[in-house]
Amino acid sequence: MNKKKQHHLSYAKWGYIFILPFFLAFFIFSLIPLVDTVRYSFYEYYRSGIKEIGPTFIGLENYAELLKSDMVAYAGNTLILWVIGFIPQIVIALLLANWFTDVRLKIRGKQFFKIIIYLPNLIMASAFAMLFFALFSTNGPINSILMSIGLTDTPIDFMGTTFGTRSLIGLMNFLMWFGNTTIMLMAAIMGISPDIFEAAELDGCGSFRRFFSITLPLIRPILAYTLITSIIGGLQMFDVPQILTNGQGNPDRTSMTLIMFLNSHLKSRNYGMAGALSVYLFIVSGILCFFVYRMTNGGDDSAAKPRKHAKGGKKA
Amino acid sequence: MKSTKNKLGETILAYLVLIILSFLCLFFFYILIVNATRSHADLQKGFSWLPGNYFLENLKSVANDGSFPMFKGIINSLIVSSCSAALCTYFSALTAYGLYAYQFKLKKVAFTFIMAILVMPTQVTAMGFLRLMTNIGLYDSLLPLILPSVASPAVFYFMYSYLESSLPLSLVEAARIDGSGEFMTFNRIVLPIMKPAVAVQAIFTFVGSWNNYFVPALIIQSKDKMTVPILIATLRGADYMNFDMGKIYMMITVAIVPIIIVYLLLSKYIIAGITLGGVKE
Amino acid sequence: MKKRVVSLLMATAISASLLTACGGSGSGTANATGETGGDAAAAGGTEGAVVNIYSWNDEFRTRLEAVYPEVESTSDDGTVTKLKDGVEIHWIINPNQDGVYQQKLDEALLNQATAADDDKVDIFLSETDYVFKYTDADADVAMPLTDLGIDPDTDLADQYPFTRTTASDQNGVQRGSTWQCCPGLLVYRRDIAKDVFGTDDPAAVGEKVKDWDTLKATAAELKAKGYYTFASYADTFRLYGNSISEPWVTAGETTVKVDPQIMNWIKDSKEWLDAGYFDKTVKGQWNDDWNKSMSSSSKVFAFLLPAWGIDFTLNPNWDGETGAWGVTNPPQEYNWGGSYIHAATGTDNPQHVKDIILALTANKDNLIKISRDYLDFTNTVSGMQEAATDASFASDFLGGQNAYEYFAPVAENIQIAPLSSYDQGCVELIQNAFSDYFQGNVDYDRAKANFETAIKERYPDITEIQWAE
Repeated sequence: MNKKKQHHLSYAKWGYIFILPFFLAFFIFSLIPLVDTVRYSFYEYYRSGIKEIGPTFIGLENYAELLKSDMVAYAGNTLILWVIGFIPQIVIALLLANWFTDVRLKIRGKQFFKIIIYLPNLIMASAFAMLFFALFSTNGPINSILMSIGLTDTPIDFMGTTFGTRSLIGLMNFLMWFGNTTIMLMAAIMGISPDIFEAAELDGCGSFRRFFSITLPLIRPILAYTLITSIIGGLQMFDVPQILTNGQGNPDRTSMTLIMFLNSHLKSRNYGMAGALSVYLFIVSGILCFFVYRMTNGGDDSAAKPRKHAKGGKKA
Repeated sequence: MKSTKNKLGETILAYLVLIILSFLCLFFFYILIVNATRSHADLQKGFSWLPGNYFLENLKSVANDGSFPMFKGIINSLIVSSCSAALCTYFSALTAYGLYAYQFKLKKVAFTFIMAILVMPTQVTAMGFLRLMTNIGLYDSLLPLILPSVASPAVFYFMYSYLESSLPLSLVEAARIDGSGEFMTFNRIVLPIMKPAVAVQAIFTFVGSWNNYFVPALIIQSKDKMTVPILIATLRGADYMNFDMGKIYMMITVAIVPIIIVYLLLSKYIIAGITLGGVKE
Repeated sequence: MKKRVVSLLMATAISASLLTACGGSGSGTANATGETGGDAAAAGGTEGAVVNIYSWNDEFRTRLEAVYPEVESTSDDGTVTKLKDGVEIHWIINPNQDGVYQQKLDEALLNQATAADDDKVDIFLSETDYVFKYTDADADVAMPLTDLGIDPDTDLADQYPFTRTTASDQNGVQRGSTWQCCPGLLVYRRDIAKDVFGTDDPAAVGEKVKDWDTLKATAAELKAKGYYTFASYADTFRLYGNSISEPWVTAGETTVKVDPQIMNWIKDSKEWLDAGYFDKTVKGQWNDDWNKSMSSSSKVFAFLLPAWGIDFTLNPNWDGETGAWGVTNPPQEYNWGGSYIHAATGTDNPQHVKDIILALTANKDNLIKISRDYLDFTNTVSGMQEAATDASFASDFLGGQNAYEYFAPVAENIQIAPLSSYDQGCVELIQNAFSDYFQGNVDYDRAKANFETAIKERYPDITEIQWAE
C-alpha cells in the first residue's frame, strides 16, 4: 500500500536528486571560471613583462579586434584539419564496427584486432606528435624508405608544405581516434537487439542493405554523439599541430588552429582577448552542435520525448 | 551462392583493412619501444629499426632518478585517473538516468543546459579555474583534477543516448512494483544494463585523465604530487646536460603500461557484450 | 598569530637595514622563528628559515652543491637542500616547456608582497633571452646587487663585463649575476678542412673565416667541393642578433624595431641558402635533421657553438673518430646562453642570498671547479685566461686542442646587444616567420606580415613594427 502511495507522490524529486551532483560540480568548477572568462572579454587585461595592464573596461573592442585578425582563416584551417581527419575516421570506424558485430562474418582474431585499434589513443598526443615529427623529418626514416624503394629521388619535405603538414595532422588525428570511434559505435550496435538482425536475415537482407537500413538508423543517437564529440574535439585541436609546427602553424600559419590561437593569447596572458576568443568559440561550437543535433534527430526533439525513441527502438 | 561469395569477398577485404590498420597502430608502439632501448647518443644520430641495448640502462635511470619520481607519479596518475573515471561514469550515468526516467518541471531546461555546455572547450575556463582553485585553497592538490569530472557533459550525453536505445522504462516500472527503491533500482538494475557504456566511458575518461597535461600543469606544484605527463614535460625541459631522449622515451613507455593494463581489463567487458540478448526483455 | 607578528617585525627589520642586512632587533626574532642559527651565514641577520629558489632545472642546484660550502645535504628527490645552519633551500622547479616556468614565477613574484615569509621567492633564475623582463627597473622584481651588500665593481670585478651589462637594468644598475658565460666559436670538421683548404690548422682555418666577407668566399670554395658551410640559417642568427645597435623595443615604447643587422641576416640567409651554402633540408635547430647534420655522413663543414654546445650537442651527435673536430675564431664574437641568478625583491633571506651569489659567481676557485666538473665556461676573466694556457683543459674530442685558448678572447670581446623584455619573442618569432620565406613558401612581404601578426599576439602592447632598410 505504501508503495502505491509513493508512486502517486510522483518521482519528480528523484529526478532532481539524481542530477544534483552534476550541476553542483558544474557550477563550482566550470561556471564560476566561465563567468570570469566572459567578464574579462570586455576588459583590456594583459601582462607586459611581469607588469599587469588593466583590467580596464573597453566594451566590445576585443571582439572587434578579433574580427579584424586572421581568426576566420584559423577557423578555416581548423575545419580543414578536422575534415581530413574525421572523414576517414568515421568511414573506417563504421566499417570496422559493422564487421566486428556481424556474427555471420567469420574473422579470426577479432579480439586481437579489437584491442589493437584503440592502442594509439593510449599514447599522449604530445608524445605521438614527437614520434611523427622524427619519422617524417626530411632526413628521417620515412624518407629513407621512400628513397630506397625508388619512389622518390630527393627527400620529401613533408612539413615544408601546407599539404604535407595538413595531411600529417589529419593522419595523426585519424590514427589516434578511429579506434575510439569504432568502440563507441560497436557498443551502440551491440545495444541493438539481435532479433532484429535475425529477422532481417530471414527476409534475405544483404550486408549492405542491413547496414544502411537497420544498423545506421538504429545507432543514430550514438552517431550524433560521435559527430558532436568529434566536432568539439576538432574545435579543440591543439597538441598535435602545436608540436608538429612549433606552435606557429607553419608553413605560413596554414595549420594554425583556433585553440593554438587561443593558446598564444593565454601564453601572453592576454585574458581580455582570450576571453573574447573563447566566447566566439563557444558560440560557434554551439551553433554547429545545434545543427548536428537537429539533423541527426530528424527535427524530432528527443529531449522532450525520450520514451518514444526507446520504445520505437525496441519495437522495430 | 551469391551471398556466400559476397561474404568471402567481404572477409578478405576485412582482413586486408584490419591488417593494414593494425600494422599502423602497432608500428608506433614498436618505434616507441625501440627508442626506449637506445641511448641518447644513438637517438641523436637518427633513427633505427633495430632495438639498442640500453633498455636496462634507461629503465634504471628512470627508476632511480630521485628528482623525477616516476613511480610516485604513476601512483598519482593512477589515483587521479581511476577516481576521475569512477566519478565521471557513475555520476554521468546517474544524471542521464535522472533525466531519462523521471518527469519533472525543469527536465527540459536541464537537458538543454547540459547540451549547451557540452560544447565548451576546456581551455576556455582554465585561467578562471586556476584563480578559483587558488582562492579556495585547492592549489597544488589532486582534488581539482578529480572532482570536476563529476560534471562531464559529453559522457552524460553518451549515457543518455545509450539509455535511449537500451533501457525500456517498463523495466523500471517493474522494479518499482517489486518494491525496489529508486537508488536501488539505479544501482542494481540500470547500472548493470549500462555496463558496456560505463566500461567504454571509463576507459576513455581514464585515458583522457591519464594523458592530461594542461590542467595538472596549472594546478600541481610540488614534486610528490606531479602526474606522469608533467614529469615527462619536466624531464623534456631538463637542461642540456641531463637531457636524455632515451630516458624520455622510456618514461613514456613506462607511463603507457598502466593504461594498457586498465584498458585490457575493461575491454573484456565491451568485447563480451554483456547486454546482448537477455537483459533487454 | 605569533608568527604573523614576527613576520611583520622581520619585514620592518629587513627594510630598515637593507644595506647591511644586520638589523639590531635581529637576534630576538630569529630565535622566535625557531631558527637554530649560530653559523656564520645566519649569525647577524633576521633570516627566514627557508630559501626558495625558482628554476627550470637542476643545473643551478648541482653547481651550488658542488661549491657552496654551507651545503649539508640534499633530499633524494632534489627538492630540499639543508644548509649547515639549519636553513633549508627549497627548490621550486618548473619546466620551461610552454612557458610554465615563467608563468609560475611571475605569479609568485606578483604575490611576493603578501606571501608568508617562508613562501617568498628568495632567488630566481633567468636566461639571457628574457633576463631583461626581470631586471627591468620599472618591474623591480630583482634586487639591485648593491642593496644586498655586493659591490659589483669590486666583488664582481673579475667577471666578464658583458655578463654584468646583461644583468643590469636600463640605468646600469646590476640586478643579477651569473657563474656561466657562453662565448661561441666556430667548430669545424678537420677532414673537410684538409680536403678543401689543404690544412686543418686552427690558425689557418681561422684566417679563412675571420669575417663575413672572407667567410663568403670560403663558402663558395666549400660549395665547389660539395660541402655546406653551416647547417642552417638558424645557426648564424645569434651572431647577427648579438650585434644589434638598438634594443628590439626601447624602454617605454611600444614599437618593435627590426635592426639593420637582422635585415642583413635575412638578406644573407636567403642568399646563402639559394647559393647552397646551407643544407636546405635542415630547418632550424634542435631537430633530427640538425642533429644528423653533425654526424660523419653529413656534408656540413662547421657549427657555431659555445662550450656547452660542443660538449653536449656536437659530441653526442658525432659518430666518427674522436679528434675529428677543431675550433677556431668565429666571424664575429657572440654569446649563446647563460643562466642569471637574481635576488628577489622582498626576500627574507638577504644574507643567504648574498652568500650564495658571491660563492657561485665571484669566487674564482669555485668557478674553476665548476669549469672542471661541469665543463661550463665560467665567469672569471683571470681564471679563464689561466685555463687557456693550462694543458689540462685540452679536449680529446677536439684532437687535443685547448678550446679555452679561443673562448677566452671571444668572451673578452663580446659586445652584448642592448636588451629589452621582448627579446625572447622577437628572436623566436622572426626566425620562425622568415623560415617560410627562406624555404620559398611565402614571399618577403608575407613573411614580414606573419612576423607582425605573431609578435602582436605574443605581446599585446606592441602597436607598431618598424623595419630597417
